[in-house]
Amino acid sequence: MNKRIYYGLYGLIVILLVLPFVVPNNFYLDLAVRMAINAIIVIGLNLLIGFAGQISLGHAGFLGIGAYASAVLPMHFGWHPVTAMLTGALASALLAALVAKPIFKLKGHYLAMATLGLGIIINIALRNEAQWTGGPDGMPVLPMALFGFEIGSDRQWYWVVAALLVLTVWGSLNLIDSPFGRALRALHGSEVASQVVGVNVARYKVSIFVLSAFSASIMGSISAHYIGFISPNFADFFHSIELVTMVVIGGMASVYGSIVGAVLLTALPQALATFEGWETVAFGAILMLCMIFMPRGLVPTLAARFSKGDDK
Amino acid sequence: MSLLEVKDLSIHFGGVKAVQNVSFSIDSGIVYSVIGPNGAGKTTLFNLITGVYTPTSGEIRLDGEIIQGKSPDELARRGMARTFQNLQICMNMSAIENVMVGAHLRLDRNLFKAMLRLPALKRRDEALREEAAGLMEFVGLGEYVGARADAMSYGALKRLEIARALAMKPRLIFLDEPAAGLNPKETQEVDHLVRKVADSGITVVLVEHDMKMVMNLSDRILVLDYGRKLAEGTGQEVRGNPDVIAAYLGTHA
Repeated sequence: MNKRIYYGLYGLIVILLVLPFVVPNNFYLDLAVRMAINAIIVIGLNLLIGFAGQISLGHAGFLGIGAYASAVLPMHFGWHPVTAMLTGALASALLAALVAKPIFKLKGHYLAMATLGLGIIINIALRNEAQWTGGPDGMPVLPMALFGFEIGSDRQWYWVVAALLVLTVWGSLNLIDSPFGRALRALHGSEVASQVVGVNVARYKVSIFVLSAFSASIMGSISAHYIGFISPNFADFFHSIELVTMVVIGGMASVYGSIVGAVLLTALPQALATFEGWETVAFGAILMLCMIFMPRGLVPTLAARFSKGDDK
Repeated sequence: MSLLEVKDLSIHFGGVKAVQNVSFSIDSGIVYSVIGPNGAGKTTLFNLITGVYTPTSGEIRLDGEIIQGKSPDELARRGMARTFQNLQICMNMSAIENVMVGAHLRLDRNLFKAMLRLPALKRRDEALREEAAGLMEFVGLGEYVGARADAMSYGALKRLEIARALAMKPRLIFLDEPAAGLNPKETQEVDHLVRKVADSGITVVLVEHDMKMVMNLSDRILVLDYGRKLAEGTGQEVRGNPDVIAAYLGTHA
């Protein structure tokens, strides 16, 4: 089980290397960039939801903090985009750490409600601070520059997010199969059992929440620079739900499932555009069918089917 | 000085006095059993000592140090391990990972080192995997080394909990009904296993309903009834105690 789990990573690298040379036009490259960005966010969220067994219905709030840090700080204060991005990520991490302790005393529905509230508060703040954020109308974002080079084209962004995706997958696979990751999965499996073997449950929940918030914030910044424009919708409740849906459809506690979930749900609205006005209905129907026939998510269900009787 | 000293320990849940003024002490290196009818407070007593519950009043000392009110993970650091009457196995992990998580406190648990897959960390983990496989062998689960936890039988999972507790390298292990729900053959195997654990120098505190096993293994026995201490002593002393007979068989028996 140890070695085999990394095969998927090698496959991913190959796909990412080949993809920009086989896509017919920029429309698909743009789609690939957005898929990769979502995949990275969803992997972080899956560490929290699938592996540690905690829920966050406010994760788009952290995306928003990152995105607006990257929009506001360079625009109004002349900060370097990288400094702005890191500041946003640290602010997200700090906020996550501050709220995590009281929030993770809650369980189930209460935890869901608390994280939901957190996301909504962040969203309201972004809407109301109109003199900085442009309010509900949103605001433009200055381009990202690294070492004097401006990252502007879809192709450049593609390589940036592809590299980040590979790093995220590698780091997450490593994390899961480590003492830290085992403790995380154990507190999901049985909180009391993990406590009596010495796992400080609160600390692990806080750590993984902070890590996923940090990752979401960075990707929020990158999204903002990539799209070049940001509005509070990016940080709203529906985006949070969409991210959680990607985790669930792809498969809880599956890194590769997160990628599949992100790819599918990013592509689906495009594919369903032909349904004209009925695409939300089709979208909902597909989600329901997935949940009815593959409640564990796509990747774990299929993996189990192909390796029947096999360990792992 | 005793390894574990409990003095006037009580816990109330609302009006229910689950454990009332219970005092006893456990010397290092012995097998100490807690028995009593269902609802006598045995598991509650375990939960109090291992930090899952905080006592309403009373005192618990480990090596003379007061430990009541400390969290389970702090007590784990002090060498306390336990198993559960109702299984607490992580079904989302493989069998061997369940054992490996028992070694949590002996490992480098750094998040960033883990993400970077540092070689030292990896080597330590490989060594631990071997050690965990050895422990599974020790508790009689050698055939399950590559198995998923959710593919194992109830009896096997009971022992998996013991292997996980042993992975902590504890000084003191609390076994909550390790033979409950097992057939006579399995019960006998657990009996041997507990003896082996005790012989390895770990102090064993046992809750068990199988009297043959209790009498066979225990150096001392504590009898609880309705949350109170009914009797304490060696197997012989307890067996002859009229209060104990009354509690188990009824006064008119």
